Amino acid sequence: MALKVIKENCTGCGLCVDVCAYSGIKINDEGVAEVTESCILCGQCVDVCPAGALMMEEKKATVEDIFDYKGVMVFVEHEFGKIHSVSFELLGKGREIADNLGVSLSAMLIGAEGDSMALEVARYDVDTIYVCNSTWLKDYQTNTYVAEAENIIRTYKPEIVLIGATTMGRDFAGALAARLKTGLTADCTELSVDMEKRLLLQTRPAFGGNIMATIISPNRRPQMATVRPKVMAMPEPVKNPDVQIIQVQPVSGPQDMLLDILEFIPDTAGTVNLADADIIISGGRGMKGPENFSMLFELAELLGGAVGASRAAVDSGWMPYAHQVGQTGRTVRPKLYIACGISGAIQHLAGMQTSENIVAINKDPDAPIFKVATFGIVGDLFKVVPELIRQIKGKKQQTAC
Amino acid sequence: MKIVVCIKQVPSTEARVQMDPIKGTLIREGVESVVNPFDEYAIEEGIRLKERYGGEVTVISMGPPQAREALKTALAMGADKAVLLSDRAFAGSDTLATAYTLSLGIKKLGDIDIVICGKQATDGDTAQVGPGLAQRLNLRQITYVSKIREINLKNRKITAERLIESGTQVVSTALPALITVVKDINQPRIPNIFSIKKATRAEIPVWGMQDLGGDPKDFGFDGSPTQVVRIFTPPPRQGGEIIQGEVPEAVAKLIEALTSRNIINL
Ligand SMILES: Cc1cc2nc3c(=O)[nH]c(=O)nc-3n(C[C@H](O)[C@H](O)[C@H](O)COP(=O)(O)OP(=O)(O)OC[C@H]3O[C@@H](n4cnc5c(N)ncnc54)[C@H](O)[C@@H]3O)c2cc1C
Ligand SMILES: Cc1cc2nc3c(=O)[nH]c(=O)nc-3n(C[C@H](O)[C@H](O)[C@H](O)COP(=O)(O)OP(=O)(O)OC[C@H]3O[C@@H](n4cnc5c(N)ncnc54)[C@H](O)[C@@H]3O)c2cc1C
Ligand code: SF4
Ligand code: SF4
Repeated sequence: MALKVIKENCTGCGLCVDVCAYSGIKINDEGVAEVTESCILCGQCVDVCPAGALMMEEKKATVEDIFDYKGVMVFVEHEFGKIHSVSFELLGKGREIADNLGVSLSAMLIGAEGDSMALEVARYDVDTIYVCNSTWLKDYQTNTYVAEAENIIRTYKPEIVLIGATTMGRDFAGALAARLKTGLTADCTELSVDMEKRLLLQTRPAFGGNIMATIISPNRRPQMATVRPKVMAMPEPVKNPDVQIIQVQPVSGPQDMLLDILEFIPDTAGTVNLADADIIISGGRGMKGPENFSMLFELAELLGGAVGASRAAVDSGWMPYAHQVGQTGRTVRPKLYIACGISGAIQHLAGMQTSENIVAINKDPDAPIFKVATFGIVGDLFKVVPELIRQIKGKKQQTAC
Repeated sequence: MKIVVCIKQVPSTEARVQMDPIKGTLIREGVESVVNPFDEYAIEEGIRLKERYGGEVTVISMGPPQAREALKTALAMGADKAVLLSDRAFAGSDTLATAYTLSLGIKKLGDIDIVICGKQATDGDTAQVGPGLAQRLNLRQITYVSKIREINLKNRKITAERLIESGTQVVSTALPALITVVKDINQPRIPNIFSIKKATRAEIPVWGMQDLGGDPKDFGFDGSPTQVVRIFTPPPRQGGEIIQGEVPEAVAKLIEALTSRNIINL
């Protein structure tokens, strides 16, 4: 068991029992804490114990072949021939980690136009680009991409592999880590290194963003993480004059395309998608009906943003599910989130409370959304939103003159 | 058609959550355990497939003995069989060990046509178990499914819509396959009193490490490459400023605040 109670220190105060959501710890007959078989090792009790009586035993690094692995590798994600910006963000973070560890930074590029994309990747500071190019690798498919990535990783042995935590990235990373039988930390928002142990410290939100967990993978390689888009800073393009582009022969073939991609139906509601948007205007039950969302679309258009919705609005059929923000919808982290007629239930907050700035427009001064809002306006949204549109239009005209 | 649905028991988010005034941490009182919300959609879809194409739905969960309650909920909704994978040796599993354990349990069920998982669990939040399980079972995977268009049992093909960032992708692949589902796929049914009562009495077999076979060092804490080393509560977001004044004035102040901080550029 990896959660240890140091009996001598335990005062039996029971705080650990209160904080545990799994009945993972109890106070035994001797009046001290005892770990039960329901403990999932989430670590929350360790954080609250005032007596320092709880500790997480760390896994010891088993001396396997982990020292053969060196360097940081970034998976370059692309769709419809365009590289996803998270890949560049990861090159920036990857460079910092590689420099700290004194190792090199590489990019892994799988696709059909790998050569031209490699030139785009080479605009950033990277040491090596592995390109695996073939016609059947044009579109992402789990099977072919995982086969190629597994081959590249087994051949070049990076100690760290970073992947964007996008829909594609999560489909890919989950399968790849299982194939490599290594650790994968999901949806990280912070990465750093423990220099002494040369371990990647991966920090991520869990329980709908209510707690942060730092996770390590001490004894398997590579250490893999998916990283949330828009969290790491976009690096400045800096060309590395010594960049090497290495062609890798594909190990898959056209027969390995196990999926037939039949059709793509672009999301028609709004031109900017939620995951990419810097600004999101969301509406809830307070919008009263589907027709009123046109006002939010107008505001989104003016600000160059996208439109989101609470579950109440989605379940009422006012907006498609793809726009739902929250625990059972999407998690977003825009620069600005404007919540109109949304009360701020915990399940909604789970999807948006890490936004950089939040504006709440609600007629109820006690609505919980105001507790997380950077700016709030208490008022009728049917007055506030049109006024917002009017004044923004006015300002835009002024600057246009 | 043989359908397997994987479900996880998670702490309810509905539970009364309080802040400890001194340490500022969350205190949950009498936290209720529920079926992971996404898994309710998975169970419902399994039952609908059975209704459409015939066959049998088995629900499977790995967890402590009390995870039996989650399986009973699924039985009450209309699943035919349930299996609980429970053993002290499974404690501390990360997604790699969880997928491994589930894969052995599913293999023990015999030939299957489709495995249905939720998109993600609301506690661990990783969305990794589905893809990991598909690899272990050597199944084709379709993640983020919002609609099953058709299953053709003669050609053994499934056609489904999946929700990706920029829209909906329609894909088709051969069975057996594993899918993970999002909320849009259906509206889960509420079980009636009669079926709840019946489910309460159901005998649910429990399989431990011995029953599953496999390598002891691939289970639980030892079989898990990742480990949580630190947990902390992010500083609660500070409630900000309520902008006062009549609507035109308040709106003007808001725009000023947003532009002066470069949050929007007009
Ligand atoms: C398992 C589970 C998962 C869930 N997942 C999600 C999720 O992913 N996303 C999500 O959003 N919810 C989710 N929910 C639902 C959540 O609990 C709330 O029910 C939902 O978020 C409420 O939506 P709302 O804020 O739009 O509606 P309400 O709570 O009804 O709030 C409407 C608000 O509008 C205000 N209002 C009304 N009229 C006006 C007006 N004219 N001007 C200004 N303000 C006005 C009211 O004061 C009120 O605060 C989930 C629930 C459960 C149990
Ligand atoms: C704070 C915290 C952070 C964590 N971070 C990581 C991490 O980064 N990487 C990692 O590998 N592990 C992590 N874990 C461990 C992880 O939560 C467990 O391995 C868990 O058993 C499955 O992961 P999940 O909850 O993320 O499920 P998900 O992968 O999100 O679940 C997807 C679907 O898989 C099925 N499923 C999942 N678990 C079970 C089960 N026990 N029985 C039946 N079906 C199931 C369900 O259909 C579910 O809808 C973390 C745990 C905690 C508490
Ligand atoms: S919080 Fe610490 S001191 Fe208090 S009962 Fe738990 S282990 Fe003992
Ligand atoms: S580690 Fe988590 S599950 Fe285990 S006893 Fe502590 S709080 Fe409960």
